[in-house]
Amino acid sequence: MTSGLDSIHWMTLVVLGPLVASMVALAGTPRTLRLGLALGVGSVLVGVGGLWLTFGGGDPVLRNPLGGWGAPLGIDLRLDGLALVMLTMTALVGAAISLYSTAYFGDISFLPLRDSPAGRGARFFAPLWLLLWSALNGIYLSGDLFNLYVLIEILGLGAAALVTLAVTPKATVAGMRYLLVSLVGSLAFLMGVALLYVVAGTLSLELLAEEGLQGPLPAAALALMTVGMAAKTALFPLHAWLPPAHAAAPAPGSAVLSALVVKGSFYIIVRLWVDVYGVGPGPAVFVLGLLGAGAILWGSILALRQRSLKRLVAYSTVAQLGYLFVMFPLLVSGDGGGWNVDAWTGGFYHALSHGVAKAAMFLAAGSMSYAVARDDLSAISGIAHRLPMTFLAFGLGGLSLAGIPPSGGFVAKWLLLRAALADGGWGWALLLTLGGLLTLAYVLMVLRYAIDRTDPPTTFRPVPRRMEWTAMGLALLSVLLGFRAVEITELLAGALP
Amino acid sequence: MTPLVAWEALPLAVVLSSLVPGIGIMLLGEEAQRARITLNLLGAVAKVVLVGFMLQGVGAGASYAWRFTVLPGLEFSLVGDALALLFVTLSAVLWLVTTVYAIGYLEGGENRRRFFSFFSLCVTATTGLAMAGDLFTFVLFYEALTWATYPLVVHRGTPEAIQAGRRYLVYTLVSGTVLVLGAVWFQVETGGVAFQPGGVVDPEAAAAQPGRYLALFLVLLAGASVKAALFPVHGWLPVAMVAPAPVSALLHAVAVVKAGAFALIRLLHSLFGIEVASDIGAAGIVAVLAAVTILYGSIRALNQDDLKRLLAFSTVSQLSYVALGVALLTPTAQIGGLVHLVHQGIMKITLFFCAGLLAHTLGVKKISQMGGVARRMPLTMMAFTVAALGMIGIPPVAGFLSKWYLGVGAMEAGMPWVVGVLLASSLLNAAYFLPVIRTAYLDATPDRWPSEGDARFGRIEADVRLLVPALVVALLALASGVFGGSPWSPLGWTELIVGRGDL
Amino acid sequence: MTPLDLYTLAGVILFAAGIHAALARAHLVWKVLGLNVAGGGIFLVLLAASPRVDPAVADPVPQAMVLTGIVVAVAASALALGLALRVAVRTGQPFLPEDLPADLPEDLLEDLAGDAAADAAANGAGDAAGDAAG
Repeated sequence: MTSGLDSIHWMTLVVLGPLVASMVALAGTPRTLRLGLALGVGSVLVGVGGLWLTFGGGDPVLRNPLGGWGAPLGIDLRLDGLALVMLTMTALVGAAISLYSTAYFGDISFLPLRDSPAGRGARFFAPLWLLLWSALNGIYLSGDLFNLYVLIEILGLGAAALVTLAVTPKATVAGMRYLLVSLVGSLAFLMGVALLYVVAGTLSLELLAEEGLQGPLPAAALALMTVGMAAKTALFPLHAWLPPAHAAAPAPGSAVLSALVVKGSFYIIVRLWVDVYGVGPGPAVFVLGLLGAGAILWGSILALRQRSLKRLVAYSTVAQLGYLFVMFPLLVSGDGGGWNVDAWTGGFYHALSHGVAKAAMFLAAGSMSYAVARDDLSAISGIAHRLPMTFLAFGLGGLSLAGIPPSGGFVAKWLLLRAALADGGWGWALLLTLGGLLTLAYVLMVLRYAIDRTDPPTTFRPVPRRMEWTAMGLALLSVLLGFRAVEITELLAGALP
Repeated sequence: MTPLVAWEALPLAVVLSSLVPGIGIMLLGEEAQRARITLNLLGAVAKVVLVGFMLQGVGAGASYAWRFTVLPGLEFSLVGDALALLFVTLSAVLWLVTTVYAIGYLEGGENRRRFFSFFSLCVTATTGLAMAGDLFTFVLFYEALTWATYPLVVHRGTPEAIQAGRRYLVYTLVSGTVLVLGAVWFQVETGGVAFQPGGVVDPEAAAAQPGRYLALFLVLLAGASVKAALFPVHGWLPVAMVAPAPVSALLHAVAVVKAGAFALIRLLHSLFGIEVASDIGAAGIVAVLAAVTILYGSIRALNQDDLKRLLAFSTVSQLSYVALGVALLTPTAQIGGLVHLVHQGIMKITLFFCAGLLAHTLGVKKISQMGGVARRMPLTMMAFTVAALGMIGIPPVAGFLSKWYLGVGAMEAGMPWVVGVLLASSLLNAAYFLPVIRTAYLDATPDRWPSEGDARFGRIEADVRLLVPALVVALLALASGVFGGSPWSPLGWTELIVGRGDL
Repeated sequence: MTPLDLYTLAGVILFAAGIHAALARAHLVWKVLGLNVAGGGIFLVLLAASPRVDPAVADPVPQAMVLTGIVVAVAASALALGLALRVAVRTGQPFLPEDLPADLPEDLLEDLAGDAAADAAANGAGDAAGDAAG
């Protein structure tokens, strides 16, 4: 505050930094690509660091009207504990993925490679990812519904393009499907926004919250917005687009999509239901929870049937996102009609751990596919012995998802179980337990292939150390999250209205 | 008497003394043999020294605890109380011995880096759960133990090893999930998870809703019983014998099964409290299950030809002595059960060391191959005999003491049927151990041993690194029995624990 | 019913029709057109909301939103159409595999539908290779 560097500067840095970096990276030469990534990572890390410094202490929320024009006419940026946690996760995971990608896409100054379809695709990863990152950070900071619409649309466009980078028919089709789902979802959301404007005359999240939205029109708006965002979060049964899309993207892209992008649309749903509408117990939250349960069960069962490593991990994402929606019925089960804090902190701690662990898994899976130049499970036979660090990274990530200690996933599971049992919700508790077992089943399936040496693949390309270390770094982070959760949960709890 | 070391974070140091080597070895290369051995031994010795300081300190009345907050209302805590020290001392001493043994057994083989690093991690997990001051920390290490031991079980990489490992994982992971569920339920139901002598559960609340508390107990029991090899979830243990002998020794004497038994102790005494547990019928259920397991394990051991499988079933049986003892109300029985934790550990590790000696030196794995082996390896068989006699319950080896206390305690509790079970079991033990001894001493030697190694050890019958540990633990088994009256013997320490009311 | 309400209703109908086209129509260009129509419907609803605050003065905020929305729609449509072209070029048909007409080269059909078949196998189609891997 005394140095003149205020939270607005950090917020701007966090959103504009990657955007500018994206432009730089668009130039496409190896130097500008690396420069762009470095700029992006640097600006976000510095910005998030600055936000940590200016946050905390008295004010639970930091508010910055853009251009000095506040709500209801202008757009507010706001930062609370939840946003800070999500920003930090995106920053750390994003940094690791960026580092990984520099090695994964190799040295594309090698001309023949550069003009190949794959080379052309590789060239666009950095600019697309940076654009995406900028949009994601903006979503977490945004205090206005229309702003959210624009940003989620950018996110969707960037993500769909990311899927198509491999330039194969499969990737192109998967990307097209994703884009269509994304656009339909965004339009549904926008319609909801329009209806809300008709009702309330403002789109600021805080002002809408004060309105106390009741009645058929706001309900219809919420339904539209939820369905739209749920489609983008691949909530069962609108999940079918995700596995082909996440599997077809190049490995760092899959990590971005599964770990980060899907959290953006989920975040919007949460803000709507909890902050703006303030939903209580009733059929609505129960439906969300039920769909989440369907996701957990269906996603895990399908994961077990997969023959391709990346599709397995992608189905795992579908299943794990289900946990996030199970948070909703648990959230409103607090005594005295208040919020169940355990459910809130548990749900978002799960989102946080999942982001880190899933990124680790996709990066590790990417390294494994890189080594054997194939993606099917039988191809990674025996890879545990040749790439022990990568294998360990995959394993640690998988264990976190299954809720095995020590890991962030275990802490999240403890919190969610506590939330369920505190209210006698044995159904939810058993579901969570069963989900953990199913997760274990498919993680162990992969580990079994990796350990079994009887039919090793014929080709083996050495994997750059950077790729192994970034995956391992994320895996270690997911373990560390299992040891110290107090600060994060307090931050999160502070964001509950 | 004043404590020599009053540093509160001593428990953390004890855990780190094996965690650091574990991670260090993982980072070293496969060929860095000297560094690896140094790290291993240094860690093992350090652990014993640190535990020694803690022992002395607790004996002088000091208390050691290290905590930090993981979540509001949930702590990670390592506490060095008398009960924890019983288990930690066992782990530390036996780890040192097993480390030497393992180096001798495996340093010529494959995947040593992986083996020794997870070996250390396994002991880290065991030490951690021994000193866990609350259910959360306990569950954390209990589950970590599963992961630390899995690579050890599948070390050989053969199809059988992988199959055994798979079964092990399925059993332990499913029960682990149930355990977590039970632990959270416990916190929700009683508000706290910290271990306390005499239990956390409010007796009045339990009396008001016995069914609910019994259900809670059963869920926790289901979660803990796999590692404790209680019937009917004991099946993973005999199958896990495909692992190399140091692993079997570790699993059966130091780590996994003892952790399971320790879990039962914590469950009955530090969480529910033995009175509450008896009132709601939980202790009774444990006692019955334990009795069934004792008999079942002994019966299955009768017709085993594979030496390690016989020892495995013997472990299944013997471990339930601990469960039986701690499930009874009288202090005498509790002393018997608790001290058997240590005695069984020492005796069983001796037996496994000897089995490993036979396999490694002569390729002898089955009892039918053991004819006259006592002439070829007299010291080994002497150690084996001492431990086997202790298992049967023949004085002056330590096993006799535990059985005596158990029997007396059972009579005091007014449950004479327990004595019947003990007697029957002792008879069965004799029935399967004595023939082995007889074969080894009296039968004719075959012309050639299955696979006598090329190394000649001079006039000593086998590799010193394998032989000395076996003799050391045999001696310990004998000493624990002979010097049972001393306050520094396992029995003395156990009496201290129960006498102080620390149970 | 005031003219404003009519506009709002028209917007909602356009939205519904557009979304329906986007979901039900098979041809990719049709889908994109549907999305644009739906967008138009939303813009109509927004604009119809603008005079409500003060009938004499048009509320500029919805107009700003509509302008932004148009820009976004242009960008999205450009990407969608470009991608649809690529799909047509790489697979030979401007359809997604699940909407494919039946007459397509076998191997291409298999390759594209392979993803969908892996999902179908989970429903009990009894894929032997799937069992070997699972």
